[in-house]
Amino acid sequence: MGILAWTWILVGISFALYIGIAIWARAGTSKEFYIAGGGVSPVMNGMATAADWMSAASFISLAGIVSFTGYDGAVYIMGWTGGYVLLALLLAPYLRKFGKFTVPDFIGDRYYSNTARIVAVVCALIVSFTYVAGQMRGVGIVFSRYLEVDIDTGVYIGMAIVLFYAVLGGMKGITYTQVAQYCVLIFAFMVPAIFISFQMTGNPIPQLGFGAAGEDGVYLLDKLDGLSRELGFTEYTSGSKSMIDVFAITFALMVGTAGLPHVIVRFFTVPKVKDARASAGWALFFIAILYSTVPAVAVFARTNLIETVSNSKYDELPQWFGNWEKTGLLKFEDKNADGIVQYVADKEINELTIDNDIMVLANPEIANLPNWVVALVGAGGLAAALSTAAGLLLVIASSISHDLIKKIINPNISEKGELLAARLSAGVAVLIAGYFGINPPGFVAAVVALAFGLAAASFFPAILLGIFDKRMNKEGAITGMIIGISLMLYYMLKFKFGIFDGGKDAVAGLAADWWFNFGKGGISPEGFGTVAMAVNFIVSVVVSRLTPAPPQHVQEIVEHIRIPSGVEAAQGAH
Amino acid sequence: MSKENMKAYWRENLKYLAILLSIWFLVSYVFGIFLVEQLNTIKIGGFKLGFWFAQQGSIYVFVILIIVYVKLMNTLDKKYGVHE
Repeated sequence: MGILAWTWILVGISFALYIGIAIWARAGTSKEFYIAGGGVSPVMNGMATAADWMSAASFISLAGIVSFTGYDGAVYIMGWTGGYVLLALLLAPYLRKFGKFTVPDFIGDRYYSNTARIVAVVCALIVSFTYVAGQMRGVGIVFSRYLEVDIDTGVYIGMAIVLFYAVLGGMKGITYTQVAQYCVLIFAFMVPAIFISFQMTGNPIPQLGFGAAGEDGVYLLDKLDGLSRELGFTEYTSGSKSMIDVFAITFALMVGTAGLPHVIVRFFTVPKVKDARASAGWALFFIAILYSTVPAVAVFARTNLIETVSNSKYDELPQWFGNWEKTGLLKFEDKNADGIVQYVADKEINELTIDNDIMVLANPEIANLPNWVVALVGAGGLAAALSTAAGLLLVIASSISHDLIKKIINPNISEKGELLAARLSAGVAVLIAGYFGINPPGFVAAVVALAFGLAAASFFPAILLGIFDKRMNKEGAITGMIIGISLMLYYMLKFKFGIFDGGKDAVAGLAADWWFNFGKGGISPEGFGTVAMAVNFIVSVVVSRLTPAPPQHVQEIVEHIRIPSGVEAAQGAH
Repeated sequence: MSKENMKAYWRENLKYLAILLSIWFLVSYVFGIFLVEQLNTIKIGGFKLGFWFAQQGSIYVFVILIIVYVKLMNTLDKKYGVHE
């Protein structure tokens, strides 16, 4: 059976599964809609968090990015896992004890102020919308590559599926579909990785395989370092970014992870404080399975690619090369007309352009794996994109129906009315996300990485200080959040979009002006969240000490969330 | 729960956090970033040690840290009678 037929079958089966789960896990109350009734087991929640968290970018693009940046790729590997330690130790158990529905709920109550609540809602919407647009695009791209429909059609199909289970099931539906999606995506990622590891090194465990030797007895990493040197690239195991930037990006991604509303809210869904702690552990465990495999896949794919393509005759290249050339992910331009592929670091001579995504998408074909494995990767990519999109849409919907409508505009709204408002907001959010998926503003891809900086600069300090600093008051937190997110937005607009210096074309030239340059290059916009976060912390603490202490009942809330006992047991487990 | 007890519970919690987060910082930022070149002179199998910490080791330590934290806190909760 061909790849296309296999793909339709696997995607069809997985979609039927998601829809089936959505019907089974319908939300009947607003509590079920926002936090799945609060009765999700820690293991299930861990799996759902892992799927929620790992987006199309983790699944499709990450291995490619690591593959082409070598050591520097560690910023993503560590940055996108280390944040869970912060979540588990500093935020999740206390937010669970606090026991509300959303992040703005916590900010609004802890800082006894609707202004704080509104600032939090605006931050949540900025972070989530920038993130979700990229996901819908991802759904469209996977559809177009595997199922030969155009990208827009792919986005429509994705919208229809997400609309169905997010609107119908709310958090409850999303949780159980995410569990299924995790299983699909991890299976799809691991099967080719294990096959290839065994093929190249004789060791089926990819995490060990890429430290082993190939058939010729040379360690794979040494070989790749050698190949990179020969072709003029930086050695694979050394980096080219400045150390301060590697530090800043890693830190911003970790702290940003811990501050992302769609991740935090997952910890409201478990019954107890101790479940929230355990659940963060499970989440990281499930994420670590993929993230520790990524560096291995990156090494296998890069080595395979160089060995197959470099200095080979174009006419004699394998079938997959032509297939992926058609999609535009591979481009060959025979500059010296010798019919041979020159793949080198020197841009003048190099004849091959490779898209990051190909390392995961084409890997099974490059390694000659069976057609069903190739098709499986398509189903996995869709699962990764859909699960993250759904989680983000729920945050957007609950920000509107719960934080704005129920808490500020119309506190007397009935339970039924609120549930209806939540469903409508989810529906509208899907339409807006779909619109951006079909008409992607040029900056979407760039902004997704910056969503972390925005979350780090706004939420993380406000939540952390809300728990660990009893003296923190509304004046401090609000000023901190506004200054933090504004500073981050300013740096991003200046150095990522060049809007103060003549637009996109000026961006490359501005890198020399990055702040905190101690001779080896400054901090990139991706890493600036670390600085903005530090500024937020300082401003919050200073302002709070110059203004009145929070009222007694708020100080009691803080004492209350610091100990696990006394939480109302959550009911309504499925 | 008395004020005293609550303070003692919180202090022990903060102590755990300080220790665990120091290890978190050590494996990722110190081993994986600041000392990466020095550690890369040591090789274990095909892995340069600094590179390994940056792309593998730190992840494993992160998982272990959370497991240890969960165990420590469950014991601490029982000790002070604040478990659910």
